[in-house]
Amino acid sequence: MAILNLLRIAFLALQRNKLRAFLTMLGIIIGVASVIAMMAIGEGSKQSIRSSLSGMGSNMITIMPQSNEPGGVRLQGSSIQTLKMEDITAIQKLQSENINGLSPVVSTSGQAIKGAYNWPTTITGVSTDYLNIRQLKLKDGILFSERDVKSFAKVCVLGQTVIDNLFPDGSNPIGQIIRFKSIPFQVIGVLEAKGQSNFGQDQDDIVLAPYTTVQKRITATNYLQSIYASATTEASSDAATVEITRAVRESHRLTAAESDDFQVRTQAELINTISATSSMLTVLLTVIAGISLFIGGIGIMNIMYVSVTERTREIGLRMSIGARGQDVLMQFLIEAILISITGGVIGVVLGITSAYLVSFLLNWPIMISESSIIISFIVCAITGIFFGYYPAKKASNLDPIDALRYE
Amino acid sequence: MEQKILDIRDLKREFVMGDQTVRALKGITFDIKAGEFVTIMGSSGSGKTTLLNILGCLDKPTEGSYLLDGVDVKSLNRDELAGLRNTKIGFVFQAYNLLPRTSALENVELPLFYNKTISADERHKRAIKSLESVKLAERFDHTPSQLSGGQQQRVAIARALVNHPVMILADEATGNLDTRTSYEIMALMQELNAEGKTIVFVTHEPDIASFSTRTIMLRDGKIQKDSINTNQRSAKEALANLPESDDY
Repeated sequence: MAILNLLRIAFLALQRNKLRAFLTMLGIIIGVASVIAMMAIGEGSKQSIRSSLSGMGSNMITIMPQSNEPGGVRLQGSSIQTLKMEDITAIQKLQSENINGLSPVVSTSGQAIKGAYNWPTTITGVSTDYLNIRQLKLKDGILFSERDVKSFAKVCVLGQTVIDNLFPDGSNPIGQIIRFKSIPFQVIGVLEAKGQSNFGQDQDDIVLAPYTTVQKRITATNYLQSIYASATTEASSDAATVEITRAVRESHRLTAAESDDFQVRTQAELINTISATSSMLTVLLTVIAGISLFIGGIGIMNIMYVSVTERTREIGLRMSIGARGQDVLMQFLIEAILISITGGVIGVVLGITSAYLVSFLLNWPIMISESSIIISFIVCAITGIFFGYYPAKKASNLDPIDALRYE
Repeated sequence: MEQKILDIRDLKREFVMGDQTVRALKGITFDIKAGEFVTIMGSSGSGKTTLLNILGCLDKPTEGSYLLDGVDVKSLNRDELAGLRNTKIGFVFQAYNLLPRTSALENVELPLFYNKTISADERHKRAIKSLESVKLAERFDHTPSQLSGGQQQRVAIARALVNHPVMILADEATGNLDTRTSYEIMALMQELNAEGKTIVFVTHEPDIASFSTRTIMLRDGKIQKDSINTNQRSAKEALANLPESDDY
């Protein structure tokens, strides 16, 4: 009841000065609108970077060999021969819920030849899980089966770049025979084009074959260049990393004193690194917008001070007819909060509108988060209280006798 | 049985200005009974304003006692004084002190906003009744700038009445008005007094004082004279006797 009265008093007081109330609000409106628009644009670009990165398989975990000998000549990871099929078996034995795909990777580069055409590319020996791990899709044909893997079948799946170069006449590659390092492979599938990766690598320059075939028939090795795994979800990739590390250490019979002779990397780490950059940008934009909100708050304080001085007689009158200091304090505080919250509401609407306008006119990705709305709203209310308090306190401390006679 | 509204005993008020003490009131004793119409007179510097502030519970005495409707004012804190002003005193000021750009009705409602026991509905009803009693029933929605000085002062009187105070305290309420309008206001005051309202009217015009039932003269912080008006003038008659030329 009392608070309702005070609200009404404050509302009536604001109504008497509509234009000034609006001009005071303007600072808050612009501040809130820019905070929301900036956060929407920042979040939007972050989301778009994330989604293009997760196109590479955001749950992907890579296990690479690494020397654990601090002395001697350090070798490049790919020439270290510590990863074996036994490691894969060890990880499979975990039957972990956090891991839903596992594939060895054996690759070697060479010339692919079809009739008169040839193309330098890389053949990658993998297992049947590989497509899921890398989020690759078949456009045509099929992927080799477990049986093909067991029987070292000479079958392969081609990426679009390889097809463009080996079949420039546009004929259907399925069923055709190509040769890689003079070994004939039958083409059984074609991958959907993926375009360049974020790092400018052509993701379509790829030939996939069963890893057994590559190991036995081309490289004549029994070690793996790397192992790809995929975590069930992005969140479980940390747990999966821990489990994989433990399994591989066991399989390598490493004692507690020895450091890892391999390294486990998650794609999530990479995504986090990159989105951290874009987060920083968002924070920067938001801080700048926040400064304008702060200035809006100072505007409120300024106007409230002027208002208190200008309305000294009114304050004196209110006190003489029974307003307590607290009532006057609340009146001016509520006026300030009303200004800032009304400004906040208008600012939120304006911010959302301008964010959509930006996405519509400039085609920028935007993402309006509820948190940005809630945060700017809370900041508004706090601004109102913070910048309204001192003028209100000043008003409430006036002596009614002096205030009544104020000229 | 007449009830004492005001009971003042040996009231003193001193102000400390730097290293010297100004004694504005030097021991004043009087009481005012319900239904009296008292004017407090005195030249400037006589302590009139200081006494008014204390009577209006805006200020507290340095020494002596002041009972307002049985409540000892000296023992109250700032907020309790505000509550007392809200329920027991109706102020009428020289400069009207109405809120600008606010309707007459809302101006009259104002004191009731600070009285938590009164509902919005009752606040509205009382304000209308109060405006009717000062004969401004048709001007509810007029803002002060749309009203004449006399009408503004009547809105202020309606505002003073709305809380059913035990005493109306007027501070030079006719000071800004011409003779005719002053008489109109005094006629209204006399009417309210006839209805039983206690009125304390601070003025420096002997002309105005002659409409009251009792006059207290202050001089140098002391009561110089406290006399019952044996021949109280009627403001209505005085109004009728004003020369026509005033009214063009």
